[in-house]
Amino acid sequence: MTKRFSWGQVVLLVIALALAAVWLAPILWAVATSVKPETETTKIPLQWFGSEITFDAYALVLGTGGIVKWAINSTVTAVIVTFLTVLFSAMAAYGFARTQFRGQRALLALILAGIMVPPQVLIAPLFAEMVALGLVDTWWAIILPQVAAPLIVYILVKFFQDVPPELEQAAFVDGAGRWRVFFTIVLPLSRPVLAAVSIFTFITTWNNFLWPFLVSTDPNTMTLPVGLANVVQGTFGLRYAQIMASVVLAGLPLLVVFVMFQRQIVRGVAHTGLAGQ
Amino acid sequence: MTTTVAAPATAAPVATPKVRRGWTQHGMVFVAPFLLIYVAFLVWPTLLGFQMSLSSVNIAGGNNHFVGFGNYLEAFGDPRMWHSLWNTLVFTVLSTVPLVFLGLVFALLVHNLRFMQWLWRLSFFGPFLLPSAVVSILWLQMIYPAGYGLINGTLGTDVLWLGDPSVAMWSMVLTTVWWTVGFNFLLYLAALQSIPQHLYEAAAIDGATAWDKLRSITLPLLGRTTALIVVLQLVASLKVFDQIYLMTGGGPQDATRPIIEYAYDVGFTGYRTGYASAVSYILFALIVIVSLAQLRLFRKREEVAS
Repeated sequence: MTKRFSWGQVVLLVIALALAAVWLAPILWAVATSVKPETETTKIPLQWFGSEITFDAYALVLGTGGIVKWAINSTVTAVIVTFLTVLFSAMAAYGFARTQFRGQRALLALILAGIMVPPQVLIAPLFAEMVALGLVDTWWAIILPQVAAPLIVYILVKFFQDVPPELEQAAFVDGAGRWRVFFTIVLPLSRPVLAAVSIFTFITTWNNFLWPFLVSTDPNTMTLPVGLANVVQGTFGLRYAQIMASVVLAGLPLLVVFVMFQRQIVRGVAHTGLAGQ
Repeated sequence: MTTTVAAPATAAPVATPKVRRGWTQHGMVFVAPFLLIYVAFLVWPTLLGFQMSLSSVNIAGGNNHFVGFGNYLEAFGDPRMWHSLWNTLVFTVLSTVPLVFLGLVFALLVHNLRFMQWLWRLSFFGPFLLPSAVVSILWLQMIYPAGYGLINGTLGTDVLWLGDPSVAMWSMVLTTVWWTVGFNFLLYLAALQSIPQHLYEAAAIDGATAWDKLRSITLPLLGRTTALIVVLQLVASLKVFDQIYLMTGGGPQDATRPIIEYAYDVGFTGYRTGYASAVSYILFALIVIVSLAQLRLFRKREEVAS
């Protein structure tokens, strides 16, 4: 690698730095506000730094308990949704890609058609269904509808169709059954694509708002976005340092995860997003 | 003995593909868990929603009478439905253009830079990872206010970003572009990385400038990706709800209320679940039309390609 200096690169770099600064500014402003003393958060003209850096707002927000509980709810529901979605979708995709059974084509068509159904238009019937099942205000009401993700099945069907069948056949000859082949050969071979769809599912579930907002009225089952949305209209009033501390606490985990697993996340999102091609 | 008489006739054709019969059962078992959840929580609600849209049912499940297409007829004569549908379409057009264009610009920029890839990706894609509630609270409380808000405070302006009916929709677009452009940016970046390098090398030998390469290699080869991104973006924008509901609640004076929020208001605040379902299914029809147009578009392209 020879590093070549060119004016073109310098110009691009300056433009990129300016745009990055604009794009990061709102997040940095939230962080800056969260560490100011409460009395200085609305000073005019704007000041990026207060008279001192204080973490009082964080202590107060964490002390009231809500946000920790919601973060746990969000983590648990997102982990369960991701695990079930990937497991069930991978099984189904394998069934479609590698086995034959009656009605297979019709079922696959039914699942592909579901990709077009936006969950947002189903809120009324889904809510009625949850009431009938007695699941409102439970984690299952949040989890189950999000596991019905036809796009993930579609992505995995396409992937399994491209895996050379020879690898499996060798195992069949050795007397391995379908399940053993699936769990010990197919799944390990698919680790990159499984990682990609897992990351995609986790991010969407962690950030989902409308549905969890409708089915959780009890602060004990609320996810982080829902709890936060309620807080804004409620208790913290106009204490901006505390509001911004909540915002930073709620936003930071995924940003930290992103910095750590950047390569995988970029690939995961690109892969899943481009699946329509 | 009578039982065994018929046996050879049926057993014979089954016996030969013995392995296959084993697969037959297994194939269904592999598909079953997903299928169960899919039918229960996607197929069934889709059918139920349509049935509800033909009824006068309320949120408690009462007053459940069949009204035919009465709800749809009412919706087509309901100025608030039209207004929220109009808002949704305006938002979709206003947001799709910059989201696709800036996504491309960011990707071209980052693709051609050799340093600090992590910084660009974090800056442009980072906001996409924030929950809608975080984004909305941040912009509502600290970015848009007059005086101490980041925009007005920095520029020394006094714009009522959320309070002025003629500005509020633009503010929704601005926040949305900041929040979600990173997704299109990543899709474009992946597409750029898959363009074979030798095309550029060949062009360089022919003495092509950077602008020539962009115009006659990069942009044409991104056509397919752009079509995909535009369709994905149209569908995503048509479904807008979170940030508008959380920042303006649909106001001021209904200037930003999208159709999903109207369905939510009618169904969950006004308790008219049947009518809300009809309003939802009008949007549903619109989204299906866009998706089907996408399918046709790509099929035609494939035919042309082959």
